[in-house]
Amino acid sequence: MSVLVVAEHDNKTVKKATLNTVAAAQKLGGEIHVLVAGHQAGEAAKAAAQIPGIKKVLLADAPHLGEFLAENVAALLVQVAKNYSHVLAPATSNGKNVMPRVAALLDVQQISDIAAVESADTFMRPIYAGNALATVKSKDAIKIITVRTTAFDAVAATGGSAPVEHVSAPADSGLSSFVTREVSKSERPELTAAKIIVSGGRGMGSGENFTKVLEPLADKLGAAMGASRAAVDAGFVPNDWQVGQTGKIVAPDLYVAVGISGAIQHLAGMKDSRVIVAINKDEEAPIFQVADFGVVGDLFQLVPSLVEELKK
Amino acid sequence: MKVLVAIKRVVDFNVKVRVKADGSGVETANVKMSMNPFDEIAVEEAVRLKEAGAATEIVVVSCGVLACQETLRTALAIGADRAILVETAVELQPLAVAKLLKAVIQKEQPRLVILGKQAIDDDSNQTGQMLAALMNWPQATFASKLKLEGEKAQVTREVDGGLETISIKLPAVVTTDLRLNEPRYVTLPNIMKAKKKTLENLKPEALGVDVSPRLTTVKVIEPSKRKAGIKVADVKALVDKLRNDAKVL
Repeated sequence: MSVLVVAEHDNKTVKKATLNTVAAAQKLGGEIHVLVAGHQAGEAAKAAAQIPGIKKVLLADAPHLGEFLAENVAALLVQVAKNYSHVLAPATSNGKNVMPRVAALLDVQQISDIAAVESADTFMRPIYAGNALATVKSKDAIKIITVRTTAFDAVAATGGSAPVEHVSAPADSGLSSFVTREVSKSERPELTAAKIIVSGGRGMGSGENFTKVLEPLADKLGAAMGASRAAVDAGFVPNDWQVGQTGKIVAPDLYVAVGISGAIQHLAGMKDSRVIVAINKDEEAPIFQVADFGVVGDLFQLVPSLVEELKK
Repeated sequence: MKVLVAIKRVVDFNVKVRVKADGSGVETANVKMSMNPFDEIAVEEAVRLKEAGAATEIVVVSCGVLACQETLRTALAIGADRAILVETAVELQPLAVAKLLKAVIQKEQPRLVILGKQAIDDDSNQTGQMLAALMNWPQATFASKLKLEGEKAQVTREVDGGLETISIKLPAVVTTDLRLNEPRYVTLPNIMKAKKKTLENLKPEALGVDVSPRLTTVKVIEPSKRKAGIKVADVKALVDKLRNDAKVL
């Protein structure tokens, strides 16, 4: 049995989601290889080679792999996957985009977003926004899997020294091309990797209030900033801030929900956080049912005074 | 240009689901069912393309039990032109649905297929990508903007770091994210009109597709409940709890 982990990277560094996925792979047993598919991604491959316990890093380096287009990455993976019993990718937007394409080309029913490994062919995964947990057994020869990163503690990033082997990629499919990317620039930690998250909802009232009221709190705590769907839909903050069933799944040490009522779709994205704090003026808000500590009141008074209190 | 939209009937997003006592699944008897919200966005997008003169006909397809006809009628009321039900009582998994849709596409020859990015029941997020793979078509998943430009489409996608725009050759598969549009409310006159539209019934066997499930559900359980915590009087008490009890600061 051998397991291939598809690395999440930016051609230079390996993202933490890769380390969580390697942790899931370790639960399967067997040899673990990591695939880095990208362009001028030698640095990322070197970083992957340092993950302890990795036997080999495969590097596919080509201009048409640089933007992780699904058609090109899937064609490569189909070629490589045949040597493995399991292929795992983190359930990031890249993993979710590419892996089902690979699965269909291999005639495999993918197992999405696994949260536990029961055995080599049996996995637990949340369904219905995490309101039920299904254990499923796969009959397919190759298991194609995406991994819920918050369910597996990341392995160490350094300490190993695996060899890097080059693999050739199929030609550019020509079906799609990259045009542009609008990356939200931020000095803050990444939402899915942050230890503390400060998140705002509809109760924030405007994007300006996110900046004026919530940002000082995030600054004080060194936190990433998130939002509920309602706040994103209202245009207060960008889409990549959304925490929830169909947004980002997070599990920080501390999640501070401000002006968020707590729809099940939002709770699905954050209820595995270690400690949850809720600040809301409605004492009946469902968010209080999952919060360890709740404060009922006007967020526009409470949040600034919380910042002051934290300075003491 | 013909547009095909695939939709799924799911437990309504407002329903708090209950796990069956025998652990075989989730209770769906006597539960309100609706169109998967992402699929509603897909139908709405197709109707807007038609209203803008870019699409000529919208065919909406659903796979599953006979009751999916209701969901198809809703799509017809939003503005789709005709509907196809691929009827089966077998529990359908994404790969099987992708294969059924492929068979329908080969008959219908659309230039664009739009699906929701994810169904809110099994949360798989697979069918669109699988369909694109089986057709050897390009895919643009998690779309928040769709612009047709002759033989190509330019699609803005919601990705982890923000937004990404790609160009895809038609025919292609697009899956919708939340911000693509806001679906309209169906009106009574349109519901009446929808009743007169064609709804065709097909069977997987007639399409030559094996839909038997590849994944067996061993058991379904309820997640461990998070205990509700306490309400504290003020931020001073909150900071004290976070520092001294929870030790997260």
